[in-house]
Amino acid sequence: MKRRGVLLLILPSVVYLLVMFVYPFAYGVLLSLHRPKGPAGMSLANYIAFFADPWQLRTIAVTASIAVPNTILTVLLALSVAYAMRRGIWAERTITALLVLPIALGTVLIAEGINGFYGPKGWLNQLVQAIGIPDPPRLTHNYTGVMIALFVQHFPFCFLMLLGYISGIDPALEASARVLGARPWVVFRRVMWPLIAPGAAIALALVFVMNFGVFPSAVLVGQPAGDTRTIAIAAYQQAFEHYDMSMASAIAVIMGLCQLLGLAIVVGLRGRLTATGVATLGTGKR
Amino acid sequence: MRARGWRLAVFVFIVGFTLNLVGIVTHVVVSSLAKRWFATPLPGAFTTEWYAYAWREFQLGDVLTVTATVAASVTALALLLGFPAAYVLARRGFRAKNAVLLLYFLPLLIPQMTYGIPLATSLYRYRIGGTITGVILANLVPMLPLAVFVLLPFIEQISESLEWAARVHGAGRWQVFRRVVLPLALPGLLTAGLLVLVNTVANFELTFLLSGAGSQTLVVALYYAVFAAGMRPIYSVDAMAVIYMAIVLVILAAALRFVRPTQMVFRLGGK
Repeated sequence: MKRRGVLLLILPSVVYLLVMFVYPFAYGVLLSLHRPKGPAGMSLANYIAFFADPWQLRTIAVTASIAVPNTILTVLLALSVAYAMRRGIWAERTITALLVLPIALGTVLIAEGINGFYGPKGWLNQLVQAIGIPDPPRLTHNYTGVMIALFVQHFPFCFLMLLGYISGIDPALEASARVLGARPWVVFRRVMWPLIAPGAAIALALVFVMNFGVFPSAVLVGQPAGDTRTIAIAAYQQAFEHYDMSMASAIAVIMGLCQLLGLAIVVGLRGRLTATGVATLGTGKR
Repeated sequence: MRARGWRLAVFVFIVGFTLNLVGIVTHVVVSSLAKRWFATPLPGAFTTEWYAYAWREFQLGDVLTVTATVAASVTALALLLGFPAAYVLARRGFRAKNAVLLLYFLPLLIPQMTYGIPLATSLYRYRIGGTITGVILANLVPMLPLAVFVLLPFIEQISESLEWAARVHGAGRWQVFRRVVLPLALPGLLTAGLLVLVNTVANFELTFLLSGAGSQTLVVALYYAVFAAGMRPIYSVDAMAVIYMAIVLVILAAALRFVRPTQMVFRLGGK
């Protein structure tokens, strides 16, 4: 195929993404550097205003306090379960099909379901009271609710991704290590973990980025006016309640930078996690 | 043995998580069919009136029309634009290939909330914010790359020698496409189409930021209903949720016939 043919086939989609993704993003960044009613020309006024306002600034801390523990918990659990299931498990197809459900159903439905099931009058509370615990803790419309919602949504995604990745590792490596006398924990630490670590790093990065941008869960199952007012909520309010698009863009940029920071930390850690003498083979298909 | 204890713990966790999921979904379904339900294991009486109520009060007829229009348009456009791109990426190397792949990967990696707000700003500036067109255009941004990445392995599996053989036998380029490539790519197109479809129906953030009163999809309308929870009986909101769930499950069931769950995990929503 000649160069012209290549160009013609791929141009429409590339142009579309340049126009509808790159351009608005760049425009948003530029917009964030201008004040609508201030002096003309670029300034960091929006960003200064954000960092000077404790009510806005705390959204970073609030979002991080949700995203960081949740990410670590989700990835640790997904890793453990995926590792345990690496050689197949009873009813695997049913379980994996079931786990796709929260991913497909989406945030809003899960949020509504959690409000019902985990709510003060829901089945879980009824069960807890029935077995004798008189004053069950509040699980919805607060920080806990958001943590539950995020875990229910992201664990399946993380688990399926890691399962696919770990299954792609050549089982002969593990078998050889066992034959040579290594105990399971040693096999994991010296043989499997270095091969799994890149996948785990990707999982950490992806889940963190998804968690940090939390919005509908924070509103529907959390306390958007207080404990769970995340940075995405702040950006949304600026855009659609105050109609201050340049400030909203600034907050979106800050959110993006925080996500980038998280990514950078994971990439930095990854270098230290995978130091080992075993050759890397057998990467899984993602 | 420690290993057995470990496996038991994992099994218990899986069972717990599955029960949790079943509980969440079932609670919604039971609530939608309850006449009145307060802190008892099951409601005292059952009814289906909330479905009719929800249909009227939430204008579900219009909402479903919008959802179908948006989903069908996004799917068609994603396949139309994405298939040629996937074909080129699968068959040819070229200098800018890595840059192009990065460009396709970014809308899937960066959360919708982060680029959605600048995107909404731009579209509102050009007066397409708040319209169905705006919703379609916005959803296409992550769905086009999704279609490309799903199609890629399918096209790579089509042996290029088949196309060469057709050319040797005198077929023109269009004939090769129509009689050789397209039929073989059909499973891939079907899979990509179904995945884009289910993702668009379930997609919240972008549609939420871009929709106006007459251009909400079902999931956005559901959000507003849950958000204003005090204004309508919760049973009617749950009825709407069940309708949404049924639609997604039907599309999902169709998609799962063509693709394994581990293959589906390519940024399937989740925020």
